[in-house]
Amino acid sequence: MPAPSPLPPAFDDWFASRGWTARPHQLALLDAARAGRSTLLVAPTGAGKTLAGFLPSLVELTERSGKREGLHTLYISPLKALAVDIARNLDAPIREMGLASTVETRTGDTSAAKRTRQMQRPPDILLTTPEQLALLVSHRDAAPFFSSLRRIVLDELHALVTSKRGDLLSLDLARLRSLAPQVSAVGLSATVREPADLQRFLGGSETPAGLVTVKGGAAARIGILQTPTRLPMAGHTTGHAMGAIYEAIKAHKLTLVFVNTRMQAEFAFQALWTINDDNLPIALHHGSLDATQRRKVEAAMAEGRLKAVVCTATLDLGIDWGDVDLVVNIGAPKGASRLMQRIGRSNHRMDEPSQALLVPSNRFELLECRAALDAVAEAAQDTADARIGALDVLAQHVLGVACSDGFEADALYAEICTASPYAGLARADFDAVVHFVATGGYALKSYERFAKLRQDKAGHWRASNAKIIQQYRMNVGTIVESTMLKVRLGRGRAGKPGEPSRVTRGGRILGEVEEYFAETMTPGDTFIFAGEILRFEGIAGNEAICSRAPPGTDPKIPSYNGGKFPLSTFLAARVRAMLANPGEWDSLPEEVSSWLHAQRLKSRLPQPGELLVETFPRGGRFYLVAYPFEGRLAHQTLGMLLTRRLERAKMRPLGFVCNDYGMACWGLGDMSAAIARGALSLDELFSQDMLGDDLEEWLAESALMKRTFRQCAVIAGLIERRFPGQEKNGRQVTMSTDLVYDVLRRHEPEHVLLKATRADAATGLLDIKRLGQMLTRISGRIVHQPLDHVSPLGVSVMLEIGREAVYGEAADEILAEAEAMLTEEAMA
Amino acid sequence: MNAVAASDRAPAEAVFLLGRLVVVPDHSGALWLPDERTLVVADLHLEKGSSYARRGVFLPPYDSAATLATLSAAIARHAPTRVIALGDSFHDREADIRLGEDNRATLQRLQAGRDWLWVTGNHDPQIGAAMGGDSAATVDLRGVTLRHEPDAQETGFEIAGHLHPAAKIRMRGRALRRRCFALSARRCVMPAMGAYAGGLNLRDEAFRPLLGPGFSAHLMGDARLFRIDPRLLLPD
Repeated sequence: MPAPSPLPPAFDDWFASRGWTARPHQLALLDAARAGRSTLLVAPTGAGKTLAGFLPSLVELTERSGKREGLHTLYISPLKALAVDIARNLDAPIREMGLASTVETRTGDTSAAKRTRQMQRPPDILLTTPEQLALLVSHRDAAPFFSSLRRIVLDELHALVTSKRGDLLSLDLARLRSLAPQVSAVGLSATVREPADLQRFLGGSETPAGLVTVKGGAAARIGILQTPTRLPMAGHTTGHAMGAIYEAIKAHKLTLVFVNTRMQAEFAFQALWTINDDNLPIALHHGSLDATQRRKVEAAMAEGRLKAVVCTATLDLGIDWGDVDLVVNIGAPKGASRLMQRIGRSNHRMDEPSQALLVPSNRFELLECRAALDAVAEAAQDTADARIGALDVLAQHVLGVACSDGFEADALYAEICTASPYAGLARADFDAVVHFVATGGYALKSYERFAKLRQDKAGHWRASNAKIIQQYRMNVGTIVESTMLKVRLGRGRAGKPGEPSRVTRGGRILGEVEEYFAETMTPGDTFIFAGEILRFEGIAGNEAICSRAPPGTDPKIPSYNGGKFPLSTFLAARVRAMLANPGEWDSLPEEVSSWLHAQRLKSRLPQPGELLVETFPRGGRFYLVAYPFEGRLAHQTLGMLLTRRLERAKMRPLGFVCNDYGMACWGLGDMSAAIARGALSLDELFSQDMLGDDLEEWLAESALMKRTFRQCAVIAGLIERRFPGQEKNGRQVTMSTDLVYDVLRRHEPEHVLLKATRADAATGLLDIKRLGQMLTRISGRIVHQPLDHVSPLGVSVMLEIGREAVYGEAADEILAEAEAMLTEEAMA
Repeated sequence: MNAVAASDRAPAEAVFLLGRLVVVPDHSGALWLPDERTLVVADLHLEKGSSYARRGVFLPPYDSAATLATLSAAIARHAPTRVIALGDSFHDREADIRLGEDNRATLQRLQAGRDWLWVTGNHDPQIGAAMGGDSAATVDLRGVTLRHEPDAQETGFEIAGHLHPAAKIRMRGRALRRRCFALSARRCVMPAMGAYAGGLNLRDEAFRPLLGPGFSAHLMGDARLFRIDPRLLLPD
C-alpha cells in the first residue's frame, strides 16, 4: 500500500489531472509549515517555487473547513507587478480545485475604499510590497489585523535583502513576529553565496529558518560571442558586436538583451535598428521610460509579438513576460550571481538549459566575462554580504511603531535586535534614534515642546498627534528617487540664422533623466534617448525641453554614465589571477593575449596582492596609472583623495579618470622624476591615513556626500519627500538639504543622521570600505614602474579620458577659472 | 613670480560707486560702506530652523548660531560704527521670542558700542523691543535708499535684499550654484546671510526689471568673492 498522501484529496486530484506529482521540496515546505517552522527555499527558476510557497497556506485554508478567521497569509514581493502576476497565477489552482480561499493584492494602486474594506474584512491571502507592509504595520489596528496571521511568503528574497528596503522589511518582520507569535515564514530565493544570512533574516537573528535546496536543473549553455572584428581597447558601447547580436536575435524566438545602464540600452537599441533590414520587432525597456510605454512593451512580450527586448535591470526579476529562449548580456557581467539570475530569464523550465551569450565591450571586459564563465561553471556565487541595518531606516520604523500602538523602549529594542540586520544594534544607537524621532536628537534641546513622540507616565512612547501620523504615511519607504527631469519633446521653430532655435513647450513626454545628467549639457548638445537622437534645448521648470535632431546627427554627449554595479571583489580577484598567469592566455582571442604579452614586455603585469603603479610623460603632461581592480566607485574616491595629495606634493594634478580596473591621473609635475629623487613617495601617497583628514576634508564639500545625506534625511523623516512649500520644484530641496548638511556637520558632527550618512558612504556611492581594504592589502606592496610611454594596459584606462573625466571638487578653483575667462577677455 | 593657485590670487578688494556712496562687497555676504563705517547685511532669517520645527520638521537648531557667527566675523573684520540689517532678519513674528539665550547674548555683544538698525521686511514687519537697536522701513545714505524689497520704480540709487540672489555656472563639467551680489550702476541686490536661506537664480524673471544689461555678479566662494561675466550665468 502506498503511504497516505500528505495532501488533501482535492490537491492530489489536481496534481494528477495535470499529470504532476507534488515535488519533494514542495512537500518539505508543507511539513515545515505544519511544524510551525520557517523555511528558506533556494531553487533555480522553473522549480515551482511559487506553488511551493503557497501550498502550505492553501492546504491549511482548505483544512480549516471554510471558517473565516481573518488574514492567514501575507505575500511580499519586491515589485508591484510581481504581486499582480502572482495573484493571476494563484487563481488557476484555486479555481480548479474549487477552494474557497480568497486572494487580493494591496499596492499603491489599490483604491482607498478597498483598503478600508481590506482592514475590516481581510482576504485569506494578501499580496503586497514592503512599503505597503510598513503602512499596514503602522496602522492603528495593526494588532487585531495581524493577530490571525499564520504564514508569510517572501518572494525573490535575495533581491529584497540587499538594500535599505531589506532593512525596513526585516524590522516589519520582527514586528509581525511580536504581533502574531504563531507565524512562520517561507522565503523564496535564487542561489546565494551565504544562505545562512537569509535564514537569519527570515526566521530572526536568534531563530534562523530551516533550509531546503533544490539543485539547479540543466546546466546553462553560455558562451562568449565571437565577432569577426577585433575587440577594442576601451569603450562600453559594444558597437563592434551589433551585427553578430543581430544574427543571434534572428536565430531565436525571443531574445532579452541585457545591458548595465540606461545609456547603453539606448545605444544598443539604436545600433540594432540601424542594421535591422528585416524590420524585426525589437523593443526597448528601461526604468527612465514613461510607464505606459513600458507596460506596452511588457504586454507585447507576453503576447509573443516581439523578437527582442533591449533592457536594463528593470527586467532582472522573476516576472514571466514571454517565452525567452536567449539571453544576451552586453558589457561585463560585474558579478557572477547577477549574471546567473539574468541567464535564468531564458527557458523558464528547469529541465531545459538556459541559453546565453556574453558580449564584452573591450579587452578588460573579455577577461571579466571569462572569469564569470568559470564562476558559473563552478556555481560559485558572489552575492553581497549581509547588510548592517541603516539607522535612517530604523528611525522611520520607530516612528511607524509609534503611530500604531506605541512602544516601550526596552521591548522595542529587544524586538528590533531579532531583525538580523539589526542584531548588533547598540542600545545607545537605538536610544539616539528614538530621540532623533522625538525631537531631532540634537545636543541643543530646543525642540522639546514640538516633540513628535511623547512618553506617558508609564514610559510608553506614542506619536503626539494625528498630523504626525499623516506625515509618516506620506513619507514611508526607502526608495528616494534622484531628482528627475521629464524629457519633453518640444515643437521646434527654427530661429533666425545665428540665433538659437526656439522651442515651445507642450510636446510629448518621452521619459525622465537624472537632473545631474541634464546639468552636464548645454543647449544644442545632442544625446540619445528613447531610441531617438535629441537636441537639448534647455531646462524649464522640472522639464528638459528637447527637439528632434536632424537626421544623420551624431550624438555628442557620451552615452555611458558608468556601470551601475561595480565589479564584484570576487570577479576582480579572478581577473587578477588570470592576468598573472600567462599559461591561461592561449585560450583568449589573439588581440587580447598579444595585448597582455605586450604589457609584460613593456611594463609588467599586476600580480595578485600588489599594486602596480606606472608613471610616464605624454604630450607635455605627466601621468600616473594604478591598477587596484576595486571597481569604479572605489577608484573614483581614490582619485579624489589622490589628487588632493598630489596637489600638496606640488605635482599640480589636473584631473583623473577611472574604470572598474584602474585609475589614471595626470598633472604638470614630473612624478617619475619626483619619485626617483625621493621627493614623492608612493607608499606615503597611497597610505591608509588618506582615509583620515583628507577624506574628512573632501567629504565636507563632496556633492556625492551631500546627495547621500539628502537620501538619509528623507528616509529618516528629517525632511519630507515633499518639503513644505516647495512641492513645485524638487530641485530646491537639494539646495536646502545641502545647507542643512553644512550646518549639522559643523555644529554636531556626531549626530545620528551623519553617522547614518557616513555608513552609507562607506558602502554606497563612495565605496570607502572597499578602498580601505585595498589600501591595507597593498600597504608596503606597491610596485612602481617608470615608463617612457603609456603601457598597453594603461591605454585601456586612459581611453576613458574625454569620456569620463572627473575633476577635483574644489569650488574656488572652478570659480577662479570662470572669473579668469572674464579677465582674459578684458585683457585681450 | 611665485606660483600660487588661481583661487588664492585675489584681486585687490573690489570697490564700487553707487551714486556718491562707496560700497565694498564682502565675501561673507555683507556690504561694507567704508565712508559711513557702516556694515549692511541682508536676510538673516534667524530661527528659520525652529520655525520648521513647529511643523514637526526638526532641522538642526544651529542656524541662528551659524548666521550670527558669520555676522560676528564680518563685524570683527570691519569694526563698523553702525550695522544695518536689511530686513527679514527674523524668519517669523515669534522668532525673536524663540531665539535662545546664547544667541541673544551674542546679539547684544555685537550691538554694544555701535548703532544698530533693523530695516523691516516682509517676514519681520515689527521687531521686538528686546532685540535692541532701532527700526525703520527705509534708510537714506548719501542719496542711496536702503530697503528690504527692491523697488523696480526706484529712479535713484538702491541697496536691497529680499530676493536671495544666487548664480549658477558650469565649468569642467561641474555645475556650481552660489549666493551672490548683483551690482548694476544704480542698484545692489545683496545675498542672504541666513544659514538656511535658499537662493533665487539671477536668471529668474524677478531680476529682469531690476538689473540692466551691464550688471555684474559676485559669487561667494569659500575664500573670497569671484566676479563672473553675466554671460556665463546659467538658469537652474
